[in-house]
Amino acid sequence: MKNPYIPYRVNIIDAWYEAPGERCIKTFKVTFADEKVWDAWSHKPGNCAMVGIPGVGESMFCISSSPTEKGYLRFSIMKAGKNTSALHELEAGDSFFIRGPLGNSFPLDEWKGKNIVTIGGGIGQAPLRPVIQWVRDNRADYGELELIYGARTSEDHCFKAEFEEIGKSGDCECHLSIDVEEEKWPHFVGFVPSLLMEVAPKPENTIAVTCGPPVMINFVLKNLEELGFTPDQVYTTLENRMKCGIGKCGRCNVGHLYVCKDGPVFSYAQLKEIPEAFA
Amino acid sequence: MAVKKLSKEKLGEALGELSKFRLIAPAKSDDVVVFKQIGDAGEAFLGYGNSTVPPKKFAFPQTETLFRFVVGNPELNEKNVEEEGTTVIFGLRPCDARAMAIVDKLFSWDFEDPYYLKRRELTTLVGMACVEPPSVNCFCASVGGNPFGTEGLDMLLTDMGDYYLVQELTDKGKKLAETLSAQLEDAAADDEKKAEQMALDAKGKIRRSIDTAGIPEKLPDLWENELWKKVSAACLGCGICTYLCPTCHCFDIQDEVEEMGEGRRCRMWDSCMFGEYTVHASGHNPRPTRKERTRNRINHKYSYYPEHFEVIACVGCGRCINLCPVNIDILDILDQVVDAS
Ligand SMILES: Cc1cc2nc3c(=O)[nH]c(=O)nc-3n(C[C@H](O)[C@H](O)[C@H](O)COP(=O)(O)OP(=O)(O)OC[C@H]3O[C@@H](n4cnc5c(N)ncnc54)[C@H](O)[C@@H]3O)c2cc1C
Ligand code: SF4
Ligand code: SF4
Ligand code: FES
Repeated sequence: MKNPYIPYRVNIIDAWYEAPGERCIKTFKVTFADEKVWDAWSHKPGNCAMVGIPGVGESMFCISSSPTEKGYLRFSIMKAGKNTSALHELEAGDSFFIRGPLGNSFPLDEWKGKNIVTIGGGIGQAPLRPVIQWVRDNRADYGELELIYGARTSEDHCFKAEFEEIGKSGDCECHLSIDVEEEKWPHFVGFVPSLLMEVAPKPENTIAVTCGPPVMINFVLKNLEELGFTPDQVYTTLENRMKCGIGKCGRCNVGHLYVCKDGPVFSYAQLKEIPEAFA
Repeated sequence: MAVKKLSKEKLGEALGELSKFRLIAPAKSDDVVVFKQIGDAGEAFLGYGNSTVPPKKFAFPQTETLFRFVVGNPELNEKNVEEEGTTVIFGLRPCDARAMAIVDKLFSWDFEDPYYLKRRELTTLVGMACVEPPSVNCFCASVGGNPFGTEGLDMLLTDMGDYYLVQELTDKGKKLAETLSAQLEDAAADDEKKAEQMALDAKGKIRRSIDTAGIPEKLPDLWENELWKKVSAACLGCGICTYLCPTCHCFDIQDEVEEMGEGRRCRMWDSCMFGEYTVHASGHNPRPTRKERTRNRINHKYSYYPEHFEVIACVGCGRCINLCPVNIDILDILDQVVDAS
């Protein structure tokens, strides 16, 4: 059995900034240094990995590419502390280390035949990206796809080029927002929960998936209920401080569940049963 | 499995025989009793109550290297636990052995923890029955244990006066008895009966108890109860109750860079009673005060663990009561849980 504490080396084949500033976001496209790792590797949308540099540390990130994108993995990382700052120093040609795939995934098989609406905020779009990509790559299996996404300013939008491309493809509708007015911004101005009410997706045969900062998620969940979504139609991811990523170090529990192992994906129905989930 | 006896005169000889393995036994260090590797049989101190630091540290060390690396060119070297060798822990209390059996469940759950499990495989546990409860705050019988309990043990010794009754409990215990064949004799016909009576007497001497029936089921409903504020009011957040608890297993992982860019990734004991334990990178803390942390500690032991593994993660050793600097008492907390509505 493989030692789950020993990471795999990955080589960066491409890296670019999604968003500028103090809490900038950088996307890394990587391949495993050891080709053999691919043979044993399989992940699903929602799965995460512990990412780090020996000597600096490790932290948890979702794998922001879908398994339908072959031959590489993507991570989109916001600069938030020591480890992420060190990762941001790296460029194409450098390497870092990952342990994974970790955690559970979005139940995309169960969602076959349903419409899907994703509601993201800021870096919270990262876990939603593989869901969107998966649905687009398995288009016949799903109903309508609708994207709702907001960030503080137009510069803070992750995956901008992709949204443009998706919008033009006619695959789905993209609804974008920024928090405060900017010149020449053609889309919604205001917070994501308000944009959600403006778009007002219909709950019939629809799954809503939301990721973003905790305050946003809280309001989005309330608004989805108001729109008639039942808790079992709504999914989100939770974040917690992590160390082992495999349910041993005891750090990331919400109630009796471990976010690293039983999550990060939870249905709202599940979360309603856990008192600590939105602390 | 067979029952033998070891005369006290031959104890030193037996320990000498066992010291061809890595032999861990209770020993005096200044004024406290600790489990440590002994070279000389005379160092063993078996007339002890219970050790301050539980022997869990030999399966789950306070700090251990997971792998070594070179920064920048991270050739990762996995640590080989096998080099630590075959280990015999001699003379531990049944509650501490049972605690290991409880923690085994976590470390073999879903992802197997290779370091812990390898060490457990290499270790034989030789228990010493509690003829007298080691402390006034022992309550093992309330949480599924027993002063003569055998769970987790490979061999159990009972002090019968001039000799120890030696019960082989597992294949590992049997093997150990073979190693000691020159020191062990056949037990007398009525020895086992005598020991059974001693076990009953020992149970009767335990002074503290709690009726745990219903506590795991009840805890979720008490989430918002004011009792958590009350029972945590005096807490200093020092973490002793968890650090020295034989069933606590939480750890941190840190990278240490040594000389010439070489280093090691290690894990070390951590405690959910520490404020920083759950702080997010954003600064948000889902368990901001001692109230939430105490609630988590009790829920983890008495609700979440039973939910996953059908066993309470507390063996009633009383350490958290004896060693808390402000006398916070888990039985008092549990009493309040029982009374709360
Ligand atoms: C399931 C999940 C998915 C995520 N996905 C993404 C994603 O796709 N993109 C993204 O940008 N972010 C994501 N995050 C958030 C990301 O993990 C954190 O923002 C990141 O750990 C913080 O950056 P850092 O490691 O540089 O922080 P650092 O502060 O450098 O932390 C490094 C390590 O030290 C620990 N640490 C931090 N502060 C302290 C302290 N005071 N004392 C002791 N130890 C400390 C941290 O827990 C971490 O393990 C995700 C988080 C989770 C749980
Ligand atoms: S030992 Fe006592 S004071 Fe220290 S953290 Fe535990 S309950 Fe609080
Ligand atoms: S919670 Fe207290 S009594 Fe129970 S096993 Fe831990 S230290 Fe011993
Ligand atoms: S990160 Fe260790 S238990 Fe979840």
